[in-house]
Amino acid sequence: MAGPLGKDLLGLAPLSADQIRLVLDTAVPFREISERAIKKVPTLRGATIVNLFFEASTRTRISFEFAEKRLSADTVNVASANSSVSKGETLVDTARNLEAMKIDMVVIRHGASGAAQFLAERIESNVINAGDGTNEHPTQGLLDILTLRNHLGDLTGRRICIVGDVLHSRVARSNIWGLTKLGAEVAVCGPRSLLPNAIGEMGVTVFDRIEEAVEWADAFNVLRLQLERMQAGYIPSLREYNRVYGVTRARLEKAPRDILILHPGPMNRGVEIDSDVADGPHSVILDQVTNGVAVRMAVLYLLAGGKPELAEAAKKGVV
Amino acid sequence: MNRDLLLRGGRIVDPSQGMDAVGDVLLRDGRVEACGSSIGTPDGADVIDVSGLVVTPGMIDVHIHLREPGREDVETIATGAHSAAAGGFTGVCAMPNTKPVTDNQAVVGFVKRQGEAAGFARVYPYGAISVGQKGETLAEIAEMAGAGAVAFSDDGRPVESAQLMRTALEYARAFNVPIAEHCEDMTLARGGSMNEGIMSAKLGLKGIPPEAEEIYVIRDILLAKRTGGHIHLCHLSTKGSVELVRWGKDRGINVTSEVCSHHISLTEDAVEGYNTNAKMNPPLRTAADVEALQQGLADGTIDLLVTDHAPHHYDEKEREFADAPNGIVGLETALGINCTYLLHRGIMTMSQMVDAMSCKPAKVFHLPGGTLARGSLGDVTVFDPNRIWTVDPKAFKSKGRNTPYGGHQLTGQARLTVVGGRVVYRAD
Amino acid sequence: MADQIVELNAGTDNLVLVGIQRRGVQLAERIVRIIKAQEGVDIVSGALDITLYRDDLQTVGPRPVVGTTRLPWTLDDQNVVIVDDVLYTGRTVRAALDELADFGRPARIALAVLIDRGGRELPIHADVIGRKVEVNPGQRVDVFIEELDGRDEVLIADRDTEA
Repeated sequence: MAGPLGKDLLGLAPLSADQIRLVLDTAVPFREISERAIKKVPTLRGATIVNLFFEASTRTRISFEFAEKRLSADTVNVASANSSVSKGETLVDTARNLEAMKIDMVVIRHGASGAAQFLAERIESNVINAGDGTNEHPTQGLLDILTLRNHLGDLTGRRICIVGDVLHSRVARSNIWGLTKLGAEVAVCGPRSLLPNAIGEMGVTVFDRIEEAVEWADAFNVLRLQLERMQAGYIPSLREYNRVYGVTRARLEKAPRDILILHPGPMNRGVEIDSDVADGPHSVILDQVTNGVAVRMAVLYLLAGGKPELAEAAKKGVV
Repeated sequence: MNRDLLLRGGRIVDPSQGMDAVGDVLLRDGRVEACGSSIGTPDGADVIDVSGLVVTPGMIDVHIHLREPGREDVETIATGAHSAAAGGFTGVCAMPNTKPVTDNQAVVGFVKRQGEAAGFARVYPYGAISVGQKGETLAEIAEMAGAGAVAFSDDGRPVESAQLMRTALEYARAFNVPIAEHCEDMTLARGGSMNEGIMSAKLGLKGIPPEAEEIYVIRDILLAKRTGGHIHLCHLSTKGSVELVRWGKDRGINVTSEVCSHHISLTEDAVEGYNTNAKMNPPLRTAADVEALQQGLADGTIDLLVTDHAPHHYDEKEREFADAPNGIVGLETALGINCTYLLHRGIMTMSQMVDAMSCKPAKVFHLPGGTLARGSLGDVTVFDPNRIWTVDPKAFKSKGRNTPYGGHQLTGQARLTVVGGRVVYRAD
Repeated sequence: MADQIVELNAGTDNLVLVGIQRRGVQLAERIVRIIKAQEGVDIVSGALDITLYRDDLQTVGPRPVVGTTRLPWTLDDQNVVIVDDVLYTGRTVRAALDELADFGRPARIALAVLIDRGGRELPIHADVIGRKVEVNPGQRVDVFIEELDGRDEVLIADRDTEA
């Protein structure tokens, strides 16, 4: 029987505002657990969770691992070569093997958009998308939103600007879907060559210059700019990017209100964000990390639905 | 010595003769002996009652992919030709992106012979424009034409060098064969797996903008103008392309073009849920593009209807969207789709649709057939434009099952296919 | 109940009341106020949510909402009294004992409940009981309290009727 989120967490686009709020509210008591001396509850004792990471990622995988272990689940980490086309097992076969091993949940990170859905459609285990290509990274979106809510309160009408390479960012997408559903006003700011061509139809405002975004926003979510984008020719140089779009103290000082600073990490200090901002008084980047474990615990808790039919069967002496 | 074949009482639609009337078609020795009303029944003739059905010159699909030589696990010339016959086609042109590439007279001859041996629809081989389809050196067009190649293309890829395309257009003039281009600017399209638009933004997939196609469309039209050669533009998919072709035709440039059944019936919405059976190149686009393409067919800007039949193995399509190969099968659904979306919606008349599937393909590609005039090839398509049926990929004669139309209901279906006076397909 | 708790503890030293979410929390707070009025001493109290320690999570169906746990200090060497509204099978208390063990090592743990309805499935007993009630398994006991439900009331109803 599916829980309140359904069988899988594939993204924020398929969730309703109520479901998103449920996850955020559920994360609150889980944060408290991380502050206890014994940071463990027996809730998922005996459950087996596989972290299937086709893309290298230390921070997300560790965060999930903490979440899983704090719920007393058994964790297995599998790192694999990306893509079915390269040598190694296809995603389909990986899915079938996991199913055969009776895994309860799979956390998957993969380089192809749609990979999490592809897996979820083929196995009965719960599937959690830890980032698929340039599509979504729902737990990151949720922890960003939780962090914003903790500092700004009700997000209706609050102005959140996503700064940077939105075109290639699954974090940006999840944020856009989640925040717009909760009634926030969302904007993006970055070079046009790094914004989707159809951005105008995604329900967000577009700022071509960061000075305009500084005037407008309550919070910035600053995205990491990857070196590959420069090499692929989307922008002329990292140096120019920092000069034109970098979130610097000088720029923030001109803001009419204190702007909360978020960043999904890892940061390129001196490129998209300067150190004195990242370490400054309005940065909530470390809060994001703490909230990350709590949000992931909440997601695991809500997805691992109970099976009342087992209880019924037990009562009848069947099993 | 074969017996005569009489197809009695059908509605004969032959735009080449301006004919649309109930009558009979008599086939003798592989050719049309007579066509019209009150032919009478010769002794010893096989008679098939086709009353209530439409009878047309054999339909020809000038753009399909057979996977032989090289990928016989996915489709052979025989299974492809059988699939064509089941779809009502009496002739198909097979693209040269085989393994090895059909870039010399030996492979051309092989394809031709395999088609003849299979005994279903006629198979006319395409030759490659460049050796290995690498876009570097011109292939031996004259020899391939001599061996039976009817047209030349590097389809699957564009000819990136304008100089090479110019040379090909000039050189091919002497042999009266079309040069067919797959229009795609690879730098714009790089990494893309569907149309660039709101759908690709939502699914987090890199998109291919329409300009990737349109830039090559206008480039090749201009080269055709310069060289006087015949450029045939493959699988148009955008509104802009239609406008550019109109511009070219208005100036008397020798440009012809084709559109696939899927591009006049589906939009990028079919990709929803990362459906790899809706992934092909050029991709499905927007409703505005579909409308412009339909209009292009209706006013004659676009000459031909094709399928770009491209079978793939189930395992190849059963993977992450960006990694799945492009292409869907189409031979057995084309007639149904065209009737449902063009004929029954009043976008094309019966005569126009038959023209685009039969007469004009023959004319544009200089193939025999495309008419039921006395003495012409005994190739006939008989179909029921009103028959409602549900697409079941498992029942396909093709080895490929990769179609987005599985479970769709279509109105219009081939019932009888005759090649050279012989029945090669009969629906149950 | 407040009197009995103080008597059981032989005073108010090291006394800690831990209310079980949800209604146990408010009952614990009321007892704290009574003790303050009678003894003039502020007793420390806290809240415990035992959802994550339930033994029926695998079969209960949709995920129950997790409430707040608020025990901001150590329980080592304290005399803890668990406060809850109804004692029935004893499984809630078992979960509470497991959870408290993760917070420290109290000197002793006692149990105070408003209603003891019998029907124990585990060897758990209450040390302080507001009222013993006889019900059969086909019935349930609903406790309503002012702070959450707008009234103070204890109702015995048949299992299928609406709450």
